[in-house]
Amino acid sequence: MSEIKQVGGRAVVVRGHDIDTDRIVPARYLKEITFSRMGEYPFIDERYDADGNTVEHPFNEARFQGAELLVVNRNFGCGSSREHAPQALYRWGIRAVIGESFGPIFAGSSVLLGMPTVMVSPEDVGRLMTLVESDPQVELTVDLEARKVRLPDGSDIDIDISEGHRNALTTGSWDSTALLLGNMDEVAQTAEKLPYTKNFEGPAPL
Amino acid sequence: MSERTLYDKVWDAHAVTVLPTGQTQLFIGLHLVHEVTTPQAFDMMRERGLSIAYPQRTFATADHIIPTDTQVRPFADDQAEAMMAALERNVRDFDIEFYGLGSDRQGIVHVIGPQLGLTQPGMTLACGDSHTSTHGAFGTLAFGIGTSQVRDVLATQTLSMDRLNVRRIDVNGSLPLGVHAKDVILTIIRTLGVGGGKGFAYEYGGAVLDAMNMDERMTVCNMSIEGGALVGYVNPDGTTFDYLLGRPFAPKGEAFDRAMAYWRSMASDPDARYDDVVDIDGSAIEPTVTWGINPGQAVGVLESLPRPEDLTDPKTVEKAYQHMGWEPGAPILGTPIDVAFIGSCTNSRLSDLVAAARVAKGRQVSSDVRALVVPGSVEVKKQAEAAGLDRVFTEAGFQWREAGCSMCLAMNPDKLNGREVCASSSNRNFIGRQGSPGGRTLLMSPAMVAAAALNGRVVDVREYN
Repeated sequence: MSEIKQVGGRAVVVRGHDIDTDRIVPARYLKEITFSRMGEYPFIDERYDADGNTVEHPFNEARFQGAELLVVNRNFGCGSSREHAPQALYRWGIRAVIGESFGPIFAGSSVLLGMPTVMVSPEDVGRLMTLVESDPQVELTVDLEARKVRLPDGSDIDIDISEGHRNALTTGSWDSTALLLGNMDEVAQTAEKLPYTKNFEGPAPL
Repeated sequence: MSERTLYDKVWDAHAVTVLPTGQTQLFIGLHLVHEVTTPQAFDMMRERGLSIAYPQRTFATADHIIPTDTQVRPFADDQAEAMMAALERNVRDFDIEFYGLGSDRQGIVHVIGPQLGLTQPGMTLACGDSHTSTHGAFGTLAFGIGTSQVRDVLATQTLSMDRLNVRRIDVNGSLPLGVHAKDVILTIIRTLGVGGGKGFAYEYGGAVLDAMNMDERMTVCNMSIEGGALVGYVNPDGTTFDYLLGRPFAPKGEAFDRAMAYWRSMASDPDARYDDVVDIDGSAIEPTVTWGINPGQAVGVLESLPRPEDLTDPKTVEKAYQHMGWEPGAPILGTPIDVAFIGSCTNSRLSDLVAAARVAKGRQVSSDVRALVVPGSVEVKKQAEAAGLDRVFTEAGFQWREAGCSMCLAMNPDKLNGREVCASSSNRNFIGRQGSPGGRTLLMSPAMVAAAALNGRVVDVREYN
């Protein structure tokens, strides 16, 4: 598993607070039993009308194609736990999301895909959005080690990210299964101490 | 040790180790599985050659994609049939207890866990579904996870987690007649915001929660995630223990007494320290209706719709008005509806159906409203039928369905068409949530949905007191 210390590239902006995971991937696409086609679906109901005609949306704009960073506002990815949402963004090409804040399950799933969600202040989100929309060619770098977003003019913006997520990404242990499997003896010891694992037969170890 | 919350105690008891990343490896006492968010997890298990670590701690059912009119196999929808077949194969291959169609234990995952006594106080519980917070009603540390995390639980019975802060929410006083648990949680979300719970577990308490039955506490905890809180819980008490006694998976005899002692010990200490405390006046809560595109955009049924300039977030409010087509300042009372849906993991339990039936009894659904009642489980359906509720509903013109998630999220044939407006007892009014990109959802209590169905418009259920 690769270490993810920096993610750099062009960005796409999706404005709006509280963009829920139903809006990122509507439930009807959750009927697929693999994630393989999810890259076709991000924001699909906002990108196409009922007749399949293209509607104005950043993900449809030619100037944002190939973007690897997504800049969003507050509480992005709230709602449903569907991993289809981060999978859709990742498979479309997104490698990091910069926003004011994120839904907790969305953020947790994203890190397991190796896609950091980093928080910056509302003012800095506004600044990044204006910058990217005025020049979609601008390259930004999310530097997880320095906890900064670096701008091409040499300036930078502080980011906030769970220390656990940051360490998982920078040390290459973001796909947590192997890490967790390393402690199965300790897992068994913990289970043994919980009285419900024996359905409270025998005295409870209080 | 004193000064600890239930969250602290359950976390500490389930912490396996601190990982090199600084996150905690947390043991998961109960893992619940449904058909939609797990096929990819089982595929990853196969691809990586992993076996299931604690198969006896995972239980599966089918709820999201199953039709609620006829459940004859194969399903008319090929994708639904393929998804169902995938789950059946996965539970067989991985040796997981499964309550599928035809089982009298089948139902919405957050209805059957408690009903079977699988959900118990002082336990950790995970499921690939954001409304897993429902189980917090029992003093369970319960939360939704993504599919890759489902894989981790299958492979290790643990997750890599960050500890949350705890916010105590006291709902004081007593609820007026006609005001229900749904109104309480909608008011909490409206007050604290849809992102207000970020980084918090919500501990609900106070006289209103103390007086609630378990169904009502589940309704409150269910929507914690709509307030941005991954976890919501109520401390276990006599009401909790009375509910659990005699359930199929609850401890029996003397073991139940030992369990009660343990469960009591896991409740928050009287001097527990909270990271934040919020007081809500329960006696001031009104029947509450959402008018917008997230569950925080709600008003009391007698209030008028807010003006964007009066709120801190005018852009989101404008987006909501654009989708819903209402005018700021208009009353919510009298808003015409096309569909009435009583069901979902929020409000499909027996007491929900009883409250709705009390309003519907002897009356008729408005001729231009499509109304359906979808019990949360086979067991709820049986209990409701034994009490004659099915006849109350069908005689009033409601459709009486088989158990499932139904129109909450439209992964099955129950969905809105075009711009239909739905009075719904479910949990999300997100754009497109009920299956039509233009569809509009008004969230409210089951009693309010029943009243709206009868009138073809939003009314104040207190008229039926």
